[in-house]
Amino acid sequence: MKRLSFTGGVYPVKRKELVKHKEIEELPVPKKVVIPLNQHIGAPCDPKVEVNDQVKIGQVVGDTDKFVSSPVHASISGKVISIKDMPHPVLGKCLAIIIEGDGKSEWVEKKPLKDWTAESPNVLRNRIREAGIVGLGGAAFPTHVKLSPPKDKPIDTVILNGAECEPYLTCDYRIMLEDTGSVITGLKIIMKILGARHAYIGIEDDKIDAIRKVKGMIDDGNIKVIALKAKYPQGAEKQLIKTILNREVPSLGLPFDVGVLVQNVGTSASITRAIMDGEPLISRVITVTGKGVTKPKNLRVRIGTLFSDVISFCGGLTREPGKIIMGGPMMGLAQFTTNIPVIKGTSGIIVFERDEVEILKETPCIKCGKCVDVCPMRLLPSVLGTLSANGRFKEAENYGVLDCIECGCCSFVCPAKRHLIQYIKLAKAEITAMKKAAS
Amino acid sequence: MEKLIVSTSPHIRVEEDVGSIMRDVIFSLLPTTLIGVVIFGLHALYVVLTAVSVAILSEAIIQRLMKREITVRDGSAAITGLLLALNLPPSAPLWMTCIGAGLAIGLGKQVYGGLGYNPFNPALIARVILLVSFPVQMTTWTDPLFIDAKTGATPLGILKEQGIEAASQISLLSLFLGETSGCIGEVSAVALLVGAIYLLIKGHITWHIPISFIGTAGIFTLILWLFGITANPLFHILSGGLILGAFFMATDMVTSPITKKGKIIFGIGCGILTVIIRLWAGYPEGVSFSILIMNAFTPLIDRWRFTHPTKFGGK
Repeated sequence: MKRLSFTGGVYPVKRKELVKHKEIEELPVPKKVVIPLNQHIGAPCDPKVEVNDQVKIGQVVGDTDKFVSSPVHASISGKVISIKDMPHPVLGKCLAIIIEGDGKSEWVEKKPLKDWTAESPNVLRNRIREAGIVGLGGAAFPTHVKLSPPKDKPIDTVILNGAECEPYLTCDYRIMLEDTGSVITGLKIIMKILGARHAYIGIEDDKIDAIRKVKGMIDDGNIKVIALKAKYPQGAEKQLIKTILNREVPSLGLPFDVGVLVQNVGTSASITRAIMDGEPLISRVITVTGKGVTKPKNLRVRIGTLFSDVISFCGGLTREPGKIIMGGPMMGLAQFTTNIPVIKGTSGIIVFERDEVEILKETPCIKCGKCVDVCPMRLLPSVLGTLSANGRFKEAENYGVLDCIECGCCSFVCPAKRHLIQYIKLAKAEITAMKKAAS
Repeated sequence: MEKLIVSTSPHIRVEEDVGSIMRDVIFSLLPTTLIGVVIFGLHALYVVLTAVSVAILSEAIIQRLMKREITVRDGSAAITGLLLALNLPPSAPLWMTCIGAGLAIGLGKQVYGGLGYNPFNPALIARVILLVSFPVQMTTWTDPLFIDAKTGATPLGILKEQGIEAASQISLLSLFLGETSGCIGEVSAVALLVGAIYLLIKGHITWHIPISFIGTAGIFTLILWLFGITANPLFHILSGGLILGAFFMATDMVTSPITKKGKIIFGIGCGILTVIIRLWAGYPEGVSFSILIMNAFTPLIDRWRFTHPTKFGGK
């Protein structure tokens, strides 16, 4: 059978073998956590506690009335020692609630909904909001918002994203193997909320055991597991929908425009915890890996745990680190310090040793067109890069720069080592700013 | 902790760089260079060595004078020199070769800002300047060694001067193997194809330009041949610089379009122009001119929406 795929894409070396076979370990409860009030796409939360307040695990410490937002919870029990701007892995800095643990691990009262099938979609959706669930694949978009599509855009199909196409990362793989039941239950909850008939779980075919395990545990004929060709960026939402359903999300549109909702497998498992156990999102699974980490691990980590604590639990750094990345090597963000907390969108911490990191010198574009061939959005990255570098943002917009998903394939293959994604991000930011100024 | 390096994603890159691509292109040209030297003798080797070293030297000198970084290590100047040599007659005087190599780098490349900014193929610019400046030296041909000397004319020269009848006396096999006179690097189709396959496998060229170029020239001459206007299409494909031009000169990344559709249009244009020049212009061969003319259209082709891929989710 012809394997469905998408156009473009690249085959980076996966390096997943560093941690692939390691079971998820629980990181011991840290002595201190830093809970940023903005860990998602949308409005930041307002603090709901004050300095010196005692808090319990699962207690809401930040929330807002804005719809596109998501509350944050205390991930350990203890005392709020400070509320101030702290370094943040995505935003640079952000107001955060700092909690010092009391070692008691006291929970707030949990309200599980064991018989969720009897509940209405609204009740379930509210529970998901209250639990602070956001997309755990990296983008951290509030899940309850995704689960509220416009009335005229009904969702017929749900796709669970287990592609995990980023090299190095294995947290989704481990979740699919070790927490299979929660992944599938979460999917059923999503289907119920949306009234969706069909569902697919897409997994790259370099994870055969995960495909088998998930397939074996599905007891619903409407849910199918799809083995995907292992090609980056197979897990990009639009490419995933195209591959599985052959539907193309329109330019600048969203999956609901083609009747689809995509959720990450880890998010699905967290939905199950939130509904069945009444536990808000106070922890997540991350992959700590790279040559620069002494003992790479897959870990369940409390939100707010500092990178430095996570790395020391993994045996510390091997030697002088060159780069520390939050997320995968293709789309992750390089960090300047380890004094930053694990947030909801942290899928991994990758440490490169100093000699693994090259400071690349850009040379002029030789117009080889390799970036054009690999662009999964079928754009002209070299042209976008040149236009942006010359400040011609309006033209870059006409060439579709806003369609770019920043997957990094173009920079990855560029023989001239051009920083194409950097130029493209600049153009997008400038265009967004211009639009804001105009309105 | 020491300072961490912070840069935009992606944090991993392919190993391939401009230098490694250029090295591969040089490798791919070695078979035809070797055959050229074997067939035409040692002077051909001197032409090659002169062109390559003068090209590298000119690039270094010009970059030094312009206080720019010296980038001869990327191998692109060496390729320009090599391609120029392969497009010169085996008996080309070395002083003329020096002028050609200097012009290729100076006027063909550095004057525009160096690699990546030149609109025309530098080697071809130099070849054409030499052709109009030194017509005698540029059309004095050496008969291949080891083979019964014929006329001292190239197959296309024979076609132009003596007509279809005389041209059809030349066997296609001898054209394929390289037993004819011509430029150093153009005579052996088989040696050129070995190098071309290497470049295709390495992914440094795609089929689009060579196939549309050669295909168009083939179809065009087929039609004309059926009307008895010219020699058969295989003669046209195998003689002159068509294979060398289609696989190694027209595919020059900098001066050809970036999209697949653009490349096909570029190749078709080259094919049509080559045949028109071969049949109805003053010169027996038109590959160099046709590629240069299409180079001039490259920016226009790249701007033409029609040649762009339809973006994901676009109409």
